[in-house]
Amino acid sequence: MSEVYLNGKFVGDIDNAHEFLQRIKQDRRSGALSTNVNLHYDELLDNVYVESARGRCRRPLIVVNGGMPALTDKHVKQLQKAEITWGDLIDQGVIEFLDAAEEENSLIAFSDQELTPEHTHLEISPLAMLGLVTGLIPYGDFIQSARLIIGSRNLKQSIGLYAANYLVRMDMDINLLHYPQMPLVQTMVHELTDYKAHPSGQNIVLAIMCYKGYNMEDAVIINKGSIDRGFGRSTYYRPAVAEELRYSGGLMDSVCVPDKDVKGYKSEHDYRFLEGDGVIYPEASVKEEDVLIGKTSPPRFLSNLEEYSLASNIRRESSVSLRHGEEGVVDFVCLTENEEGNKLIQVRIRDQRIPEIGDKFVSRHGQKGVVGLIVPEADMPFTASGIVPDLLFSPHGIPSRMTISHLIELIGGKSAALTGRIIDGTTFSGEPEEVIRKDLMSLGFNETGTETMYNGVTGEIFEAKIYVGSMYYLKLKHMVANKIHSRARGPIQLLTRQPTEGRAKEGGLRLGEMEKDTFVAHGASMLLKERFDSDKTVVPVCEGCGIIAIYDVFKDKRYCPICGENVEISDIEISYAFKLILDEFKSLGIYPRLQLRSKY
Amino acid sequence: MVHSELKEYEDKLPPKILQEIEEKCPSSKMKKVVQKVYEEFLSAQIDAGEAVGLVGAESIGEPGTQMTLNTFHYAGVAEMNVTMGLPRIIEILDGRKSITTPQMEIFLKAPYNKGKDIREIALQVKETKLGELVAEYGLNIVDLKIELKLNMEKLNALDVTPAYLVKAVEKGLASEANVKFEGGVISLKLKCKDDERGLNALYRLKEKSKEVYVRGVKGVTQILPVKRKEEFLIITAGSNLKKVFELDFVDTDRTTTNDIYEIAEALGIEAARQAIMDEVFKVIETQGLNVDIRHIMLVADTMTVSGEIKGITRYGVVSEKASVLARASFETPIKHIINAALKGEVDQLNSVVENVMLNQPVPVGTGLPGLITKIVRKEK
Repeated sequence: MSEVYLNGKFVGDIDNAHEFLQRIKQDRRSGALSTNVNLHYDELLDNVYVESARGRCRRPLIVVNGGMPALTDKHVKQLQKAEITWGDLIDQGVIEFLDAAEEENSLIAFSDQELTPEHTHLEISPLAMLGLVTGLIPYGDFIQSARLIIGSRNLKQSIGLYAANYLVRMDMDINLLHYPQMPLVQTMVHELTDYKAHPSGQNIVLAIMCYKGYNMEDAVIINKGSIDRGFGRSTYYRPAVAEELRYSGGLMDSVCVPDKDVKGYKSEHDYRFLEGDGVIYPEASVKEEDVLIGKTSPPRFLSNLEEYSLASNIRRESSVSLRHGEEGVVDFVCLTENEEGNKLIQVRIRDQRIPEIGDKFVSRHGQKGVVGLIVPEADMPFTASGIVPDLLFSPHGIPSRMTISHLIELIGGKSAALTGRIIDGTTFSGEPEEVIRKDLMSLGFNETGTETMYNGVTGEIFEAKIYVGSMYYLKLKHMVANKIHSRARGPIQLLTRQPTEGRAKEGGLRLGEMEKDTFVAHGASMLLKERFDSDKTVVPVCEGCGIIAIYDVFKDKRYCPICGENVEISDIEISYAFKLILDEFKSLGIYPRLQLRSKY
Repeated sequence: MVHSELKEYEDKLPPKILQEIEEKCPSSKMKKVVQKVYEEFLSAQIDAGEAVGLVGAESIGEPGTQMTLNTFHYAGVAEMNVTMGLPRIIEILDGRKSITTPQMEIFLKAPYNKGKDIREIALQVKETKLGELVAEYGLNIVDLKIELKLNMEKLNALDVTPAYLVKAVEKGLASEANVKFEGGVISLKLKCKDDERGLNALYRLKEKSKEVYVRGVKGVTQILPVKRKEEFLIITAGSNLKKVFELDFVDTDRTTTNDIYEIAEALGIEAARQAIMDEVFKVIETQGLNVDIRHIMLVADTMTVSGEIKGITRYGVVSEKASVLARASFETPIKHIINAALKGEVDQLNSVVENVMLNQPVPVGTGLPGLITKIVRKEK
């Protein structure tokens, strides 16, 4: 007696579990049951689990019967002639999807050579063990698995042509590569996924060498000439959105060029790009803080309106302007309506991004690098045949990371560029290194991929032979322009009067507890005080009761809320945060007294 | 003592240094040497206003962060398992009363440390309980009696006579049972009120009888005789320094424990200070780290100045801080603020943290000295 569970719920008993399993499987393959059903038999508990719910990770395998794969040459021929499709194979029970649990009861052969009568399934291709993105990495069988994962993660962050209809889309934070190319060293997955339609990198000439030390610790050096020719050039799009919101009492926002008497009016200069309808015109070249969409809102509290009764003119300025530190060109303006019927304005800003020091580039093998130096083409090293590399990669990045595939792609790309033939680098079935070496040799190059190179500045020959070739490089979306940040003075928080936090708020960089300790350890007492002066304030203190006194600006008089006016009141300089904690003590019912004493 | 040339330095240099000079220096060069030594001594002293505490804390804390995970392990060494690494340092600096792995190193006096009968000597130190010597328990439910069949081999190995054992059992279970001894069997007859009689009481007696102390030093659960250089010593798991000192074969000068409270109790607070230093330094050393001993000395000093061991916790050293704000900035701020309010405490703002809070110059380094000038008015 075995218990049967359907999607985790007990449904009944059966006498012969194996017979039952066999029957369900047959029904699934013949089409009597849904192909989405999976089975799992737990021998220890003698339970059968039938799963048909969604959310299970499943993968396709070729069904094997008595040591013979169900997929025959006939099927392959029909597939090639497009007489049948993938779906037909599943319907015929030639291929089935297993979930993780059913895999436990199966014996899966890696290749058809190792098939025995015990096997239940056959791997479609060893490549199937990799995901779609990981499959895009050439020579994945010549790299550490951890690097392979990093490589596929980098691929997902690369800039390319993400969608052909990008012109009419309003995506947030989007990058677009200007001259995308398809890779010279490809895998089967490139073909399967139609990678040509959405490429995300460029083929460049790469030399593995040092140059002035500007590519140490994962930095790369880029040829200025390559940048001028369009390498790594991209466009950054970011839309600004404004909505005419409706408020209670019939009031609503209005998109317009704000009047000068509006509360919080910026300056005429800030609104200079706005047209009559309050929206910026396309192709306007905007800098930070420039208004993109002019908008006014009704006052926050209606009661205020009646008190002053100065007509309805005290509206609030609520324009959308370009963020601090950003610039660009207005690319596209769109006026529509949203679900609630409110007027919706979207303005897309475009900004051309030319590679600069600090931008991140990566090969497909988890070999990331940040631009450390941009060298004029004339100063770049060159080969005997006059080839000037686009990028210099440090040799120290190779040994510890063991990315052999990076090296193979380099000569693969070189061979592909010279012969005009795409090199197949599919994981587990790529073109062998020997073939590439032979190609290079027959083309008159050193089969090891190294070449004699010359110093671009002095013209001297380099003693070492340099490993150069061509490979596919990706520009990642992490660009300095989006991250650079510094501040000398700027906004402060309302509560603590300390600088705000974070780049978006133009914040300061916190000198934390441990950093403070280093100042103290150096005995730099005065420097420490100065660093923490960001929220210093002068407050009057009553010498009688020790509580913070009040300064009346209109009467130019100081008085104590407890002792009155006829008492000694002195100014002290403290951090505003301390004044705040004194206030908090008072709110707790604790009476903090400041006893003043002359310091000198 | 004291050479005439050294007289004037008597209260300027420590006696130990003076003594060394006197012993090693020819008297003709004495004057020059003392002068040079005094100069060196002055320059070796730490300057006023140096933030020694903070530098010490950082100097121990920084390598401490590296210690968290890669604890260095001994593998396959015939020594006992002792807490090392960061947990041990935390344990010491927190001033915990009971430590996870107490351990003693018992050195032996001259005739005993040659290795002869070392096992027997070691066994005298180990605590033996009745449970270890019993081969079989027989529960007689009708008469409410327990019959303990003794393991005579073990008895002989431990050199315990049955008569001695019976005495020990009588002493240990005097209030619970009547003890009888017949032919290698100790029988315990339950002795209690009628309404408490029963199987439960009998079981309780059985469990209790296992714990009856027979001989050895209480608290010492394991022993390991070890040969170190030319002599034998005993390493124990479990510690009881006071009782071990009472044994006549123990070299009390060198025998130590890693339980700092026991050292404080047996040898005084100065010894405890030294023990803290030794124990912390031992951990840091075995981790292959390098921390100047003077930082640890400072920690040991602050932990022991009061005459008793105080951990670096909110209940120990920190609770002794004079400043309310400094205490509040460490842990449980509200508790400290409210208690200070109840007592009407005054914060003199004499230390670092308080002044950072108020944004005043901290009294350390350049913030310490005040400059006072006498302004002389010219009379016309």
